Amino acid sequence: MQVRRCPAGGLIDRASPVRFSFDGKEYEGFRGDTLASALLANGINLMGRSFKYHRPRGVFTADSSEPNALMEIGSGAHRDPNVKATMEELVDGLEARSQNRWPSLAFDVMAVNGLLSPIFTAGFYYKTFMWPKSFWEKVYEPVIRRAAGLGRLSDEPDPRTYERRHIHCDILVVGAGPAGLAAALLGARSGARVVLADEDFHLGGSLLNLRNYKQTEEGAWADAAIAELNNTPKVTVLPKTAVFGLYDGPVFAALQRPQAASKNPVTFYWKIFPKQTILATGASERGVVFGGNDKPGVMLASAAQTYVNRFATKPGRRSVVFTSTDDGWYSAAALEKAGILVAAVVDPREGLSPALTGTVDAECFQGAVVEKARGGRHLQDAIITAENGKKTTVQCDLLAVSGGWSPNIGLTCHLGAKPSWDSARSAFMPAKLPGGIAYAGALEGSVSTGTALKSGLEAAQKALDLLEMHSAEIKIPTAEKNLNISRSADMPLWRVRSAKEKAFVDLQHDVVATDISQANREGFRSVEHVKRYTTLGMATDQGRTSNLNGLAILADENNMPMSSIGLTTYRPPYVPVAVGAFAGENAGLDFRPKRLPPSHRWAERQGAVFVEAGDWLRAQYFPKTEEKHWRQSVDREVTAVRTKVGFSDVSTLGKIDIFGPDASVLLERVYINAWRKLAVGKARYGLMLRDDGFAMDDGTTARMAEDHYVMTTTTAKAGPVFQHLKFCHECLWSDLNVAFVSSTDQWAQYALAGPKSRDVLQRLTDHDVSNEALPYMGATAASILGVEGRIFRLSFSGELAYEIAVPARYGEEFAEAIMDAGAAEGIEPYGTEALGVLRIEKGHLAGPELNGQTTAQDLGMGRMMSKKKDFIGRKMALRSYLNAPDRASLVGIRASDPSISFEAGVHLFAPDAPVDPAHDLGYVTSAVFSPTVDATIGLGFLSHAEEYSGRLLRAVDPLRGTNVSVEVCSPHFVDPDGERLRA
Amino acid sequence: MIIPCPYCGRRHSSEFSYLGDASLMRRPDFEASEEMWSDYIYLRDNRAGNHKELWRHSFGCGAWLIVERNTVTHDVLSVVPAKDQS
Repeated sequence: MQVRRCPAGGLIDRASPVRFSFDGKEYEGFRGDTLASALLANGINLMGRSFKYHRPRGVFTADSSEPNALMEIGSGAHRDPNVKATMEELVDGLEARSQNRWPSLAFDVMAVNGLLSPIFTAGFYYKTFMWPKSFWEKVYEPVIRRAAGLGRLSDEPDPRTYERRHIHCDILVVGAGPAGLAAALLGARSGARVVLADEDFHLGGSLLNLRNYKQTEEGAWADAAIAELNNTPKVTVLPKTAVFGLYDGPVFAALQRPQAASKNPVTFYWKIFPKQTILATGASERGVVFGGNDKPGVMLASAAQTYVNRFATKPGRRSVVFTSTDDGWYSAAALEKAGILVAAVVDPREGLSPALTGTVDAECFQGAVVEKARGGRHLQDAIITAENGKKTTVQCDLLAVSGGWSPNIGLTCHLGAKPSWDSARSAFMPAKLPGGIAYAGALEGSVSTGTALKSGLEAAQKALDLLEMHSAEIKIPTAEKNLNISRSADMPLWRVRSAKEKAFVDLQHDVVATDISQANREGFRSVEHVKRYTTLGMATDQGRTSNLNGLAILADENNMPMSSIGLTTYRPPYVPVAVGAFAGENAGLDFRPKRLPPSHRWAERQGAVFVEAGDWLRAQYFPKTEEKHWRQSVDREVTAVRTKVGFSDVSTLGKIDIFGPDASVLLERVYINAWRKLAVGKARYGLMLRDDGFAMDDGTTARMAEDHYVMTTTTAKAGPVFQHLKFCHECLWSDLNVAFVSSTDQWAQYALAGPKSRDVLQRLTDHDVSNEALPYMGATAASILGVEGRIFRLSFSGELAYEIAVPARYGEEFAEAIMDAGAAEGIEPYGTEALGVLRIEKGHLAGPELNGQTTAQDLGMGRMMSKKKDFIGRKMALRSYLNAPDRASLVGIRASDPSISFEAGVHLFAPDAPVDPAHDLGYVTSAVFSPTVDATIGLGFLSHAEEYSGRLLRAVDPLRGTNVSVEVCSPHFVDPDGERLRA
Repeated sequence: MIIPCPYCGRRHSSEFSYLGDASLMRRPDFEASEEMWSDYIYLRDNRAGNHKELWRHSFGCGAWLIVERNTVTHDVLSVVPAKDQS
């Protein structure tokens, strides 16, 4: 039963009932309700328990500044904690649960904390749980965590769909109240690309609080404006979108919650790039700090007005309105019109005009304050204290409070601008911002609908001028006709000093007025220190209803004006944002792009096991049914290459085409060795350094024509090397006539390796691939099975080997064709594991050796460094300490017995030396079992390598408990003289 | 932050990769002293104010750019292709 629903009115669709549950009980509301308004309509105002003291709490606002009515929404992996009931659009089947209570919301055993409250003052934890130190983690913290808190995370992977979107526009309007709507409409009419964002699911802002909105001139205008904006193709209207951050540029970040009743709800993270921006974020009403101001039933006057007018819901039956602004009186009038008895209006101001006080038929207490609200789980009465001290107790279940208005300046501070105190308005006003950002409406100082509409128009006109666009004409409502009373000055009322009862400043974090006084007494003067000591404003609502009152109390205690007390820093995000929204689509398997080599689908059909190598998914090995262990497959693949022929996809290696008459000069400068004299049709191994002298990458580069080279890089460094070449050209030597293009993805490149590889290759091409026509390190363009490709005679395994390159689109077919061509020789595909074994057996370097800490000298290539030219890294590579004899250099390591194994990462020690850093001789970077050597072998770096050559050392890994005997040897385990290569 | 690329127009900074101080373009001769080299490789000014930096429009035209930026206000003052100044 919606016992508190008004019989008529409101922006709810009474024809569309919506079922939802709260703490397991079923309720009904209407479409157009928020969760909070639907609960109120069902007579429920107890919506949560407070953070520290577990005090009963009701809804305090009707907007995103809500500190109390935070709930868990949904269940299972979809459970969202700390959702503001005031912002949650009611949808069918919505499941809500109250938080921070046990066993139930009505009876919470932890409410005993409230009785202990004298202990739980500011800095309580810092002072109390100091010792014994070990107790903090084991005893105190777990207990405190259970007692204090908000909602629970689901602990499951986030199943929601998030999407990142970028949008560029002429004018961004933030806030769709009267000012924002007017600005957006004028921009739209004038042909500008407009983005209009508003947190609410219903655009209109404060206009929605008008009684009988649909029947008012303003309401009709707003509905027409919204319809027009929605139907203008150049306008993007973003409801349910909180613009939560302003960044340099300016770039705005916004979070759009999923649209209700969407089958596939998507949360959008928007990055908005506007040329001009109009911030019309409005103002928030402030409460007043008085005794028991947190009782369920105490709420902001504007919120009470919203509930009766927009949601046709009565938040109480008998109310008291406590206001220091005229707006509180209008809220009182709204309550009265909705059928709520207004028992009293309490205003600390005196001499109010009868026109104002006449708007409500209620007992009027001028020059008085509410000192205390009383009640348990529900408000029972308010004690009013007149200036002469006379106290009156008035029964009520609703206490509507208006302590003034604060413009919502959060966004304006994100780039570090400091707002300034405006004593006439009793508010912090935003600093001027560069980058085409203007303010309209309450943020700009408007205090009524009429002035807000006008300021929106003016801001849009200015923006259009700056965009050099012609401004169209639009009509705005006259609005002010029902407000012909001259406005009395607001009286900033922050707290009622005489309050003895607990008076809350920060409702969400349970910070009371005396906490702030105490922090001040203990010497915390700076607002930033007081904030952290008391945790004022540090809850999920970022103190939107509490910060100013806290500052005012601090100013008051120190007899300082508000203008000099300062303001804590507002930082993004303005509203809580799920981490998933920042990740967008890049989560789980889509964390980063997945690149598939050209033979991927073929390899899948062969039952290959895949491994991630950077972005690439590569075949790791190709198991056969009878093989029980990956090592069996890998050993077989290695042996196939050593004894007959193997085939592997090496397309992932980076390929860079280098063109131009100065291509050789550039290569000379980026590689340590000489290039000028490399003949066309030949390839050469090259090592490149960074300018600090350490190795960067290696690979072979082939000269395809006088002015055309094809460089290969390691898989991992394809991108960085390309960037490096561009840097060298554009930033160091732009006089060189040379150009680059990355062609990694354009080629399918397959290694054909093993003593039978030439026989197989010759079946694929008419090109002469004999040893004479294509010797070791030869490179040639060739037609392969009728496709224009390239053949390189390169070997990473130490065997007679070729690399065949064809355009990537032929990759899958070529994998089949090569396997067919090699069937007679018993060709076998091999994956990255075998590739690794083969290269280690041959002593070729890879990522583990080129690890950013090794030099050409360390890698055994010191003599390759040309003395006749400058090259990147030359000067620093020659530094004396990088060439000292105790510097570790490349060696081979083999287990002294086939039964012994070790892994990469083991450190090397003399057999009798203690295992400590002082006696560490080096380390192993790569280790595998070699079926060819029939032992575990590895590559590593060892001090005094020559001295230890042929000697036994201990390979030690204290983490994995390894301590085995190994022999130092040459890194070339197979065919050290390279006879097989050249066969 | 928005960087106006001279080739591509106004683009978000996430399209660019950052390298650092544009003094990296003044690479010493290999016969210069080790001190000069050490200065070039390891020492950077950390200015509060206008600062020239190297950015590459990696997810755009790919060009290396010299971006003059105020490190206090984050205002981008000028953007020129690095190849015009090397």
